[in-house]
This record gives sequence, C-alpha cells and structure tokens, in this order.
Amino acid sequence: MLDTTFPQSDLPATAGVGYKPQHFSQILEHPGSVGWLEIHAENYMGDGGRPLAQLRRLSEQFPISVHGVGLSIGGEAPLDTDHLARLKQLIEWLNPASFSEHLAWSTHDAHFYNDLLPLPYTNDSLIRICDHIDQLQRTIGRQMLLENPSSYLAFEDSTWSEPEFLTEIANRTGCGLLLDVNNVFVSASNLDFSPHGYIDAFALNRVGEIHLGGHDTDTDDHGAPLLIDSHGHAIADPVWALLDYTLERSGPKPVLVEWDNDVPDWPVLSDEANRAASALQKIPA
Amino acid sequence: MSTNQSQFTRAMMDASIPVPEGLMDAQSRPAGRRFDVYRNNVAVSLTEAMHAAFPVIAKLLGRENMDGLSGLYLRAHPPSSPLMMFYGEHFPDFLAAMEQLNHLGYLPDVARLELSMRRSYHAADSVPIDPEKLAQLSPDALMQTEVKFAPSMQVIASPWPIFDIWRYNTQDGAAKPDGVAQDVMITRPEFDPAPHLLPPGGAAFIVALQRGQDIGSAHEAALAKTPEFDLGATFTLLLQGGVILKLDTKG
Repeated sequence: MLDTTFPQSDLPATAGVGYKPQHFSQILEHPGSVGWLEIHAENYMGDGGRPLAQLRRLSEQFPISVHGVGLSIGGEAPLDTDHLARLKQLIEWLNPASFSEHLAWSTHDAHFYNDLLPLPYTNDSLIRICDHIDQLQRTIGRQMLLENPSSYLAFEDSTWSEPEFLTEIANRTGCGLLLDVNNVFVSASNLDFSPHGYIDAFALNRVGEIHLGGHDTDTDDHGAPLLIDSHGHAIADPVWALLDYTLERSGPKPVLVEWDNDVPDWPVLSDEANRAASALQKIPA
Repeated sequence: MSTNQSQFTRAMMDASIPVPEGLMDAQSRPAGRRFDVYRNNVAVSLTEAMHAAFPVIAKLLGRENMDGLSGLYLRAHPPSSPLMMFYGEHFPDFLAAMEQLNHLGYLPDVARLELSMRRSYHAADSVPIDPEKLAQLSPDALMQTEVKFAPSMQVIASPWPIFDIWRYNTQDGAAKPDGVAQDVMITRPEFDPAPHLLPPGGAAFIVALQRGQDIGSAHEAALAKTPEFDLGATFTLLLQGGVILKLDTKG
C-alpha cells in the first residue's frame, strides 16, 4: 500500500495562522511573522464569490495549507465520493503546499455532525482508516497529513496507544502526520497520561505541521478538570512549553496558530504568530 | 463491549438515551459527562450556524426561540453534507409546518430570502452583457429573445412584504413594513448580494424566462397574473443589476 511517489506536504518551517476572512486586508498589509496560511477546505467549496476570490489573492502571496474538517476518515461507512471529488477539485485549482485531515469521523448514515468524533484504536479501525487514506491520496495525487485528536473519553476496546496507532497508519499509507500540541495537552489532562511521554512516542520525523490552539476548562462527573479544545482563546502557557519541548526534539517545523471562535482582531492573532515564530527561532542547533 | 457509530450518534442526538457502553475515563469509570462534550459541540455549532445563516429570523424570534427552533431543526434535518454554507435549506418549509408559528405567516418567505442571499454569495462569478446589446434589438426581435441569467441572481415571490421586513430588520431608520405582497430579486454586483424590490409581476416574468420562455411569452405570463405588470421597469432593474449574461434571439 505504501506509495512514496506522492508529492510530499511542503510548508515552510515558519509560523502560520488559520485564515479568517475578517483579517483579509490586514494579513496582506501587515503579515508580520506569518509565513503561510491555513484554510478549512469546506469553506471554499462554493462555486465562486468572495471566498474563492480572496483565496486566489492570498495564494499569490502565501503558501496555503488546506485543512479538511469533513471527510470523516475514521467513519465506519465508505468515504463520500462526492466530497472526495470536491476536495480533488479544490486542490487541483489551488495547488496548495499541504493537505491535512483528522483522525476522527463526522459523518454517519449520510448525516454530517459538524464535530470531530472519536474512535477506538483497534486493528479493525486501523485497516479501515488506512483504506480511506489510501483512497484519498490516490484521488488527490499527493500525500496528506493526519492530525491527532483531542480526547474527552477512552474506548474500552482500544488495543493501540494513539502515537503507535498514528505511526502504524503513516507506515502503511505513506501519509505524514499533523501534530496538534494543544490536543496532546488536552488529551493528556483528560486521560491522565504524560504529554511529554506522548511526544517522546510520536513519530516526529513524520510530522509535516504542528498545530497550536486555545482550550477551555470544564469538570467531569467526579470534579476532575475536563479540558475542551475550543479554539476560542489565546494559547495557554503550558501548551507553549510543550511546543518548545516538541521543537527541541523535532527540529524546525511549520507551526500554525488556530483561533476559530471569538476570533480576535488581527494584532492579537499576529502576536500569537510572533510567539510561535520566536519558539522556532530559539530551537537549539 | 464495543460501541458502534450508530449507537454513538443516536445517543449524541438524544440526551434521553444513555451514554453508550464501552466509553470510559482514565480510571475505567463510565464516560458520563465526558460524552456530553460531543452532544454539546454538535448542538452549539449547528445552532450557531443557524444564527449566522438566518439573522433576520433570529432577530424576529429572539435569541431563545431561535435556539429552541435550531435544536428542533438539527434533529429533524441534520446536515446532509459537510458544506455548512448550505445548511438550513429545509428551514423555510420547517417554519411553515410549525403550527405555533402560524400567526407569523411571513417567516418562511423571509427565511427563503435569507437562504437565497447565501446561495447568491457562493454562486459562480459571471460577466453581464453590455446593455447596448439589448438596445440594438428591434421590438419584434426582443419578444423572441431568450435570456440567460447570472447564477448569483435569485428571485423570491411572496404574498408578504418580505423586502420591507428584511430592510426594517437590517437597516437603521428603514420604514416599517406594511401589508403589501412583495417580490424580491437578489443581485450580486461583485461579491455582496443585495435584495431589490421587483415591480408587481416581476417574479413571474423572471421565473418564466428562467424556464426558457422568450421575452414575449414571459411578458404574457406576467400580464395574465398581474395586469399592471411593467416590462420596462423590470428590464431596467435587470440591466442595473447586471444579471443578464446572454441574449439568444431566435429566427
């Protein structure tokens, strides 16, 4: 199944931000340390109008990462071929530097739930996910990056640890990995494991992109903190520290700041990107 | 015991169904509230999508009522594709079928207007004809001409004053709606869709043209329904709106 002939994900090892239309003019005029942009694929699947015009303009100045949130790679059902065709069309039109998706599912019985839902790490799900990634990479004719999820609960029947599961998928399909450091922090807190141990076990040589984002804090039935991956805040200090820990081991990587809810004005987001750029600059040689 | 995605989605969409077995916390205790994160994410994200898609309906109904309706709607019509830009396509009919809302009979057509605005926003780009092309046609040739419209043009016919209702709820100082029927045409000169009030019969005329009738037949169809239909005023709006892409004169 491994096919190394796919063109690899190719983002610069600089800071990027998740693109929000309200920042369009300011990004072009005051990019600061932002070296690339990420968009959600599904927001650019209309037939025309402002979204596609803005994306075309931005792509003249920045490498673009296309991040899918709706393919449902972890779904029990076959992939939606209509959606695969839309992804292929967008990627052919834009020729982005990278395409990524999630270790999650969002569609069941032809209904889309607009959330990244969890799955057990078993041999059955491994085979299904590898088949889906294989189908996707053949359809779009390039390597994809697969992102680790935020977890709020565990599956009794999981037989793989998450880093091992992701490494096995990468080995079998040739896909790269997208390491979301905030998701590691959130999952480690929620499921009581060491975030550093997770990073140590992660196939960092497969990582084509790193994500950072803000999270919320709730509590579970037993009064224990339950962290929620909300993308609605500044990145928490321990997550920045975990980024430093990761970069010391991985070397320079493309680092993205995600802020999807209660989106701040451009200077605030630009400051977060500066902080990511500083983290990249201070990596020991 | 393993849980499958059918069990997961059923329990996610119906909080009265117990959390599926086989989901646990780090101490192997039942997942409990942890499962509610997914219930909450789905409900909140789809409710927010409805507020963003139907801001005038949300304003007319109030935040709380819109939240409640969005919750009912997402269970009756979960999104059928990952393209959230088209979520809510059944909302006008859903509103029309709600007996409790019968006294607000204009709501479904106002929702249609908002849905059409969004379709216009995402429609393919197009280049209108030079208005001179129309002026060059003789009156006889004009009547035998078929018209191709911009994909971003949308038409909504209504027995309610939907244009005034939309304007009153989106623009400061706009006049209060009165009781007249209003047909609306949405145009998108570049990227921003804008509704325009059509003369009476205008929607019937445009819909006939969209179905492939020539201008003469469409004119007759509009007159049959609306004797005072004003062809000239309607054409002026079509040309000003830049919605005519092509004229095809037969013979």
